[in-house]
Amino acid sequence: MPINDAVSHVGLSHYLILSAILFTLGLLGVLLRRNVIVILMSIELMLNAVNISFVAFSRYSPTGNNDGQAMVFFVMTIAAAEAAVGLALATTIFKKFREVNIRYFEHLKG
Amino acid sequence: MQPEFLFAILLLAPLVGFLFNGLRWKSKNYMLSGSIATGAVGISFLAAVAIVAKLFAGGHEAPKAISVEFFRWIAVGGLEVPAAFTIDHISALMVLVVTGVGTLIHLFSIGYMSHDERPTKYFAYLNFFLFNMLLLILGENLLLMFVGWEGVGLCSYLLIGFWFSDKEKAAAGMKAFVTNRIGDAGFLLGIFTLFFLFGTVSFSEIISKLTGVVAETGWSGPMTLACLFLFIGAAGKSAQIPLYVWLPDAMAGPTPVSALIHAATMVTAGVYMIVRLSPLFILAPNALHVIAVVGAATAFFAATIGLLQWDIKKILAYSTVSQLGFMFLACGVGAFGAAMFHLVTHAFFKALMFLGSGSVIHSMHEEQDVRKMGGLKKYLPITHATFVIGWIAIIGIPPFAGFFSKDEILWETFSSPLGGKGLWLVGVAAAACTAFYMTRLMALTFWGKPRFDEHHTHPHEAPPSMAIPLIVLAVLSAVGGFMGIPHVIGEILPGHPGNWLEHWLAGSIAVPLTEGHESKIMEWILMGISVSIAGLAALLAFSFYIVEPKRPQRLAEAMPRMHRLIFNKYFVDEFYFSRIINPLVNGSRALWAFVDVNFIDRGTYLVGDFVRGMGATARTLQNGNMQQYALYISIAIALMFVYLLEAPKRLVELFGG
Repeated sequence: MPINDAVSHVGLSHYLILSAILFTLGLLGVLLRRNVIVILMSIELMLNAVNISFVAFSRYSPTGNNDGQAMVFFVMTIAAAEAAVGLALATTIFKKFREVNIRYFEHLKG
Repeated sequence: MQPEFLFAILLLAPLVGFLFNGLRWKSKNYMLSGSIATGAVGISFLAAVAIVAKLFAGGHEAPKAISVEFFRWIAVGGLEVPAAFTIDHISALMVLVVTGVGTLIHLFSIGYMSHDERPTKYFAYLNFFLFNMLLLILGENLLLMFVGWEGVGLCSYLLIGFWFSDKEKAAAGMKAFVTNRIGDAGFLLGIFTLFFLFGTVSFSEIISKLTGVVAETGWSGPMTLACLFLFIGAAGKSAQIPLYVWLPDAMAGPTPVSALIHAATMVTAGVYMIVRLSPLFILAPNALHVIAVVGAATAFFAATIGLLQWDIKKILAYSTVSQLGFMFLACGVGAFGAAMFHLVTHAFFKALMFLGSGSVIHSMHEEQDVRKMGGLKKYLPITHATFVIGWIAIIGIPPFAGFFSKDEILWETFSSPLGGKGLWLVGVAAAACTAFYMTRLMALTFWGKPRFDEHHTHPHEAPPSMAIPLIVLAVLSAVGGFMGIPHVIGEILPGHPGNWLEHWLAGSIAVPLTEGHESKIMEWILMGISVSIAGLAALLAFSFYIVEPKRPQRLAEAMPRMHRLIFNKYFVDEFYFSRIINPLVNGSRALWAFVDVNFIDRGTYLVGDFVRGMGATARTLQNGNMQQYALYISIAIALMFVYLLEAPKRLVELFGG
């Protein structure tokens, strides 16, 4: 099957399935991994999975609505801010415990 | 002046005095506190005089009653109670007695309490008592009367237990309070019954609706019930059988308190309440009969107990119970006017004698046992002279106050269609006992030889602040009876004085529906009988305790069981303790140990344990593990999506859209 043909067969649902798979992987990473850095990366993965579906919806919109593409930029901005805060927290945890394990956050419990 | 203004002064002056003294209760300046308290009551008295004068002014044009309404007090459903006060011909008498005698007793207290630790507190309580008493008297409806009724009970409790560091005195206060509660419960039930019957608690409205309600129900059963309930209240407050036991113990309070609260004013509140509602009571002859029998029995039994008491105040206390019995006897035979008359004269001579006994006790350094007195005549001439007048007045020798009022009661008992010869006989016997124990009291206290060490104790005459009230009350006791001169005597006197009191009260109180018909000769004969019996009893007592002091002893030894029974007050207190109070206490304790501990406590513990268990379970969810929180959030969002996607579909299915 020629590549062109294959591309023309790719529809909205393919993008959405990819997005769902990536989102699920990210969620599992957040829920199961212990390393704070990896968790932050997993969150990044979830955000980008959402971005994929935004862009896909925008591309396949019958009215040519570009709102989804605009939304992606907001998500990216938020992701950058979140990463900054998250990394700062991770650094603090590392300074104190010489490790970046998520369970050290339990010490914050009142 | 406007009546509203006068009523406000009348009511608020004692309250202001109470607040003023109450706020500086630590002060030991008895002169200042006493003057303020006395002044407050004096102002009240003047205001009362000013209002009552309006009832006199204008002869036949004078209003029957002066009423004011200050504000709407309670409005709940069908019950609308204004803060309304009224002075009619009945409450006029009462308010003058209470504020007038009250002023004298306040004045007396200044001297009496001069050595006390907390005189200011005492005067504050006394003023507060007067305020509540005025509420009771002037209130135009049963609820206001009830507020005053409870207020005077509270003040009585506070003042009986005024020297509360003595456990017995504190206990006496509690006894008075608890016994009064029993009566108050009856009073409340009476108010409820009346409200149920008439739909109002106002005196004037109840009385105006009386005939209508009787015609409607056709029988006086509910009315009788209401009257009996009210009488239970009256019996509690006015110390009648079976609730009289608190009054003798109430003598633990300072003597002026005994004079004011437990002789002249508060204990007559029950009589006043019945007289106030006399048109109601007259429609319930069965209830009246109960009142008459209880009154006569109380008059006689209390008088016999008084015969053998050694404590000067206890003698007077039993005398008060007995005299209150006379008043209830009068109410019971439908002679409400006579009851009111005896209430007033009794307030004069009994307050006089209590203050006199206070003067004696004060001079003997708190000694109350008459066996350790005697021969005080030469040390306390003023007290003795005034006491003699009180003595003649109470035993009923004409023309002193007690003769007129007591004789009117006895005559009415004999002649009224509601009375009877038997009740009359009991009344005369009680009067004879009264003459005996009062003469005994005089003989043991003032006459004969001193039985105390004259070198150690130097009894001193009362200071002027104590002597003046004694003299004023003595004058009142001497002439107080002239306001109710019976017709048979009035006819032969120069100028033919009428029975002013009867005229004054006519129209305000009810009279029996049928007139008694006994001849005037009979009235003279009965008068002669009661006076001569009283005189004989007095002579007998004189011979017993002055001429031949060994005789009482011999008589007691001749009848040991009788003596023991009466000396121990018929063992009524013991009976109450063994048959009512102790079973109640033990029963309550058993209930506490079984029902409370096993069911009520356990029930509350179960609820507590359940809630705590739930909390413990819920707490494990919030364990600080961030990833677990993230899981909760994820699950919740997933469920929300399921709901949002599924719910519209289900709705469509349900309503078939």
